[in-house]
Amino acid sequence: MTILRSATTAPRSVTGLRSAQSKRAMITVLGWSVALVIFFPIFWMILTGFKTESAAIADPTLIFSPTLESYQAVQARSGYTRFALNSVAVAFGSTFFALLLAIPAAYSMAFLPTKRTKGTLLWMLSTKMLPPVGVLVPIYLIFRDVGLLDTRTGLIIIYTLMNLPIVVWMLYTFFKDMPKDILEAGRMDGASTFQEVFFLLLPLTLPGIASTGLLSIILSWNEAFWSLNLTSSKAAPLTAYIASFSSPEGLFWAKLSAASTMAIAPILILGWMTQKQMVRGLTFGAVK
Amino acid sequence: MRLARHLSVTTLAAAIAMSGHAQAQTEITVATVNNNDMVIMQSLTDAFEEAHPDITLDWVVLEENVLRQRMTTDIATGGAQFDVMTIGTYEVPIWAERGWLSPLDNLPDDYNEDDLLTSVRDGLSYNDTLHALPFYAESSMMYYRKDLFEEAGIEMTDQPTWEEVRGWAGELHGMEDDLAGICLRGKPGWGENMAFVSTLVNTFGGRWFDEDWNPELNSDAWVNAVQFYVDLLNDYGPPGASSNGFNENLALFSRGNCGMWVDATSAAGKLYDGDESDVADSLGFAPAPIAETPKGSHWLWSWALAIPASSENQDAALEFVTWATSQEYIELVGETQGWTSVPPGTRESTYANEQYIEAAPFADFVLKAIQDADPTDSTLEPSPYVGVQFVGIPEFQSIGTQVGQTIAAALTGDTTVEQALDSAQRATERTMQRAGYLD
Repeated sequence: MTILRSATTAPRSVTGLRSAQSKRAMITVLGWSVALVIFFPIFWMILTGFKTESAAIADPTLIFSPTLESYQAVQARSGYTRFALNSVAVAFGSTFFALLLAIPAAYSMAFLPTKRTKGTLLWMLSTKMLPPVGVLVPIYLIFRDVGLLDTRTGLIIIYTLMNLPIVVWMLYTFFKDMPKDILEAGRMDGASTFQEVFFLLLPLTLPGIASTGLLSIILSWNEAFWSLNLTSSKAAPLTAYIASFSSPEGLFWAKLSAASTMAIAPILILGWMTQKQMVRGLTFGAVK
Repeated sequence: MRLARHLSVTTLAAAIAMSGHAQAQTEITVATVNNNDMVIMQSLTDAFEEAHPDITLDWVVLEENVLRQRMTTDIATGGAQFDVMTIGTYEVPIWAERGWLSPLDNLPDDYNEDDLLTSVRDGLSYNDTLHALPFYAESSMMYYRKDLFEEAGIEMTDQPTWEEVRGWAGELHGMEDDLAGICLRGKPGWGENMAFVSTLVNTFGGRWFDEDWNPELNSDAWVNAVQFYVDLLNDYGPPGASSNGFNENLALFSRGNCGMWVDATSAAGKLYDGDESDVADSLGFAPAPIAETPKGSHWLWSWALAIPASSENQDAALEFVTWATSQEYIELVGETQGWTSVPPGTRESTYANEQYIEAAPFADFVLKAIQDADPTDSTLEPSPYVGVQFVGIPEFQSIGTQVGQTIAAALTGDTTVEQALDSAQRATERTMQRAGYLD
């Protein structure tokens, strides 16, 4: 019987193994295809930055003589460092304040929910659905009156408020997946609410908080509408820097690509370095 | 301890010195477009600051549409973020009427205001007072490849007509690989395809509005002009003409892919530059073609520097705008950047300068085109608006862009010309009714 069973099950397991292998290969091919499609525009932009202006608009080709003339032209014209420092200040500053406000909010919603919690969460998210241009003039007037136009502080405030709904939502999801028993155990041992949050909740949900922070940094770094409209020269970040290289008269694609590559380089490197943490954070609690 | 005291005294002295220095300095913020002439102006910052040690310049350089939105928000709300703004002939009278711009009636004696070309000066005036100073000006004209014309045995006339151009385009089309008979703007936008189409409609005898502001977009003149444009581009234009604006056509023509091109005179310097253009040696110039009437057959546009009424640095801003639009500035650019790079179309003296005439053989055409363009009389039948390739009312930006989109749809064959113009007529009527021009 045993021999018989082995004889009948062996081919099935080999078939199963083969089908699992081919399934995995298909997923790998699909994953790589999607990744390449997503990355291709960035790759092409980096490539175009090393072309001359006339080569940039000629028929697309991978074979060309690379040149740094666009990078030299970009560097000669604008102070990249000033724009980059503004980007760093507003992206990190707004993320810090967004987390500072969102952690207590998400804690309260996840562990002390009321009947209005769901509604509040949905309302917060609904503010993201409003086209920003709809509130441009009122915000511009407020900023003008309180002297926040063209200041980093003004941008940090706007970005903090802009990212707050997403940050609260993400933290709420991570906190909700935390077993309440751990916090209760802490409370039994006499921990205050602050100690509960600071010594138990935050260390245990650190991957989630890190990925939320990174997402907030990326969103702030790439934001263009408010940065272009609320700044002029002193607080202008890299999005304004890129916008200065597009032109309706004359050739600009190579210079624009060089400027864009320089603008996204810091955030690309940051994303590359922290990709493990980001993936871990984004899939945190997804598999139970 | 002594070191600490010494340091604090030094720091205090430095702070006092710096604060004194800061008080003496006026910093002005200049908002400008990322066009080559303005980039040259930015690169000459040091020259201005050396001549005006009490003023420092801070630049905001943006793409035209982004800049226009940014400046409109600021000036309409009195944000005072900019001391100098780069605006066009379209904005100047509209903004001046609302009191947003400082009148420039106190120009220094050595500015030589009479040297400014009359048509350009009139375009930047409101109630006979200048409200912006011209940085450079342009009209439109025809570029063609002399080598192909010679090869085909075609002789360019002094004043080509659109019928002649259609015949020539048919002969040139396909003479070489990837050669289109003619390149024209097709990309939708009030400053893109509609700048060209408006001049075509003008010369076909049409107008945007009658004297009571009723739109005339489905009149015979419009239908004939737009049908001619659509047929010409579909028969003898480059592939994908509906996505070609100024830049795309400039690239096509400079690579030798167009037999003819009708567009801005400001392209002449770029096409004549052997480093940027493959057709510099065979480049020919001619006036913009005409049809029923020469009126409005070529446009007039100028980029100008204006001072917002909200600026807190009026005097320093005036110093800068008079410097950047002066004869001395033009000479400085000629000497440092080459004479084909000087901002064209603003001053009589530029066209009397032998060095410029020698370097720019297109100078006469440009001057004549700019002098001939009359924004106050650009249509065969009288019209209530000022502007050759635009209508000088605030609503025109949205009207022009919307009509441009319907004409681009006709060009790609998504609709017929009649359908496109009927739809444009209805949309324009609605906009004009909402704006209170019509009952």
